[in-house]
Amino acid sequence: MVLFGFALDANTQTLRDTAPGLYWVAILLVALLAIQRGVQIEDADAASDRMLLTPVAPSSIFLGKSLALFVQLLVLEVLLFFVMMVLFDTSVEDPLLVCMSAFVATVGIATSGTLYGVIASGVGVRETLLPILLLPVLAPVAIGATRTFGDAFGRVNADGWAWFGLLVVFAVVYTVLGMFSYGQFLEEE
Amino acid sequence: MITTVRSFNATSSRSTRFLGLCLLLGIPALILFAFIFSPEDDSMEDAVRLLYIHVPVAIFSYIAFGVTAVGSVCYLWKRSRWWDTTAHASAEIGVMFCGLTLVTGSIWGRPTWNTWWEWGDVRLVTTLVMFLMFIGYLALRQVPASPEARAKRAAIVGIIGTINIPIVNRSVEWWENSTLHQQSSLTDGNLENLTLFTWFLGTLVIGIAYLWLLIHRFRVGWLETELERLGYGAAIEERQAEAHGLDVGSTGISEGGESE
Repeated sequence: MVLFGFALDANTQTLRDTAPGLYWVAILLVALLAIQRGVQIEDADAASDRMLLTPVAPSSIFLGKSLALFVQLLVLEVLLFFVMMVLFDTSVEDPLLVCMSAFVATVGIATSGTLYGVIASGVGVRETLLPILLLPVLAPVAIGATRTFGDAFGRVNADGWAWFGLLVVFAVVYTVLGMFSYGQFLEEE
Repeated sequence: MITTVRSFNATSSRSTRFLGLCLLLGIPALILFAFIFSPEDDSMEDAVRLLYIHVPVAIFSYIAFGVTAVGSVCYLWKRSRWWDTTAHASAEIGVMFCGLTLVTGSIWGRPTWNTWWEWGDVRLVTTLVMFLMFIGYLALRQVPASPEARAKRAAIVGIIGTINIPIVNRSVEWWENSTLHQQSSLTDGNLENLTLFTWFLGTLVIGIAYLWLLIHRFRVGWLETELERLGYGAAIEERQAEAHGLDVGSTGISEGGESE
C-alpha cells in the first residue's frame, strides 16, 4: 500500500479514486503468496498423502483448506482496509456493501485458489505456474470487487449490488467445481 | 509382448497434402482478393482489408477453444489419449489464432477507433483474458508429470477455463457496458459482392489452415506421448536390433492408442 503511494506520485486525490482497485490488487498478490505457502507446506511434508488416508471426503478437505485460506485472507483484508482508510484518505458510504462483497469475493478467491493450488502442487515450476493459471481466472473478482468498493466509497457510478451478484456466482461456481474435482487431484498425487 | 502397430514416420498423409495444396492456392488468392480485387470501405477505407484475416482467425480461435473443451470433457469421460491429444493440439492453434486476433484487431483499431487498445470493450478484454487462460493451460501441459496425471489436470483446467469465459464476458460487459466493435456486418447484410466473397474466402482459408495444423499437431503430439509411453528403452532396443540386422517388427500407433 505504501508502494502504491510512491508509484502514484503522492497524489491523495488519485489515491482516493483508485483505492478500491489498489486494495484488491494487493489482496490478490497476497492471496497468491498464501496459496503458494500452503501448497509448499503440503508438498514438503507429503501432507496430501496423509489426508488421503484420513476417513474424510475430498470435498470436505477442499472446504477445510478453502476455509483456512478464507480466514487468513479475511484477517489481512481487515488490516489492509484500515491501512487504506488512513493512507489513502478514503471514507465508506455503504458499509454493508463493503462487508458483504469482501466476504463473497474472499470466498471466490479462497475456493479458486485452493483448487488451482492443488493443480500446481508437486510441480517444480509451481511459483511461475500458479499466477499464470490463477490470475486470468480471478479477473471477474478483480473487476467485481473493485466496482463494489468503488460504489460503496461513492467513487464510481455503478450498481454495487449487481456486482455483488456476480461475485456470488463466481464463489458458488468455484465452490461447486472444487468440491467435485478436488479428489481427482489428490488421488493422482 | 510384441508391438504390432503400423509404422508412422511422418505427420503428413494424402489428406494433409491435399489440405496443404489448398492452402498454397488459397493464401495467394486471398492476398489478391484482399489487397487488389476487393474495393475499399466507405467508412473504414483500406483498414477493412484487415478484417478478411481478423474476423476468420477470431472465429476459429473460439472454435479451437471449443474443441479443446469438448476434448477435455471426452477425455475425462472415456480416458482416451486420442481426445487428450486433440484437446492439446487445438489449444495450441487456438492460442496462436487468438494472439493473431488481438494483434490484427489492435492494428485495425488504431486507424478506425484511434486507439491501439480499449479497456472498455467487452470483446477485446474477454479475448485477452481467454488468451491468458489458455496460455496457462499450455504452460500446465509442459509440466513434467505422468501422461495420465498431466492429461487429467489439463482437462479439468480446460473445462474450468471454458466455464470461466461467460463470467469474464459478463463482468467486462457490466464493467463498462460498451463496445467499439460494430454489429456483425454479415448478419446486417452490409457486405456485398466482392467484399462478401473475400470474407468467405478468408474464412475458408483460415478454416483449412486450422484443420491442416490440427491434424499435423495431433500427429506430432501423438508421437510425443508414444515416445513417452514406450520409453527410451524400447528405442534403444530397436536401434541395437537394427545394428545387429535383426527385424523386431515395426513400432507406431494404432487408432485407439493401444499396443498389443
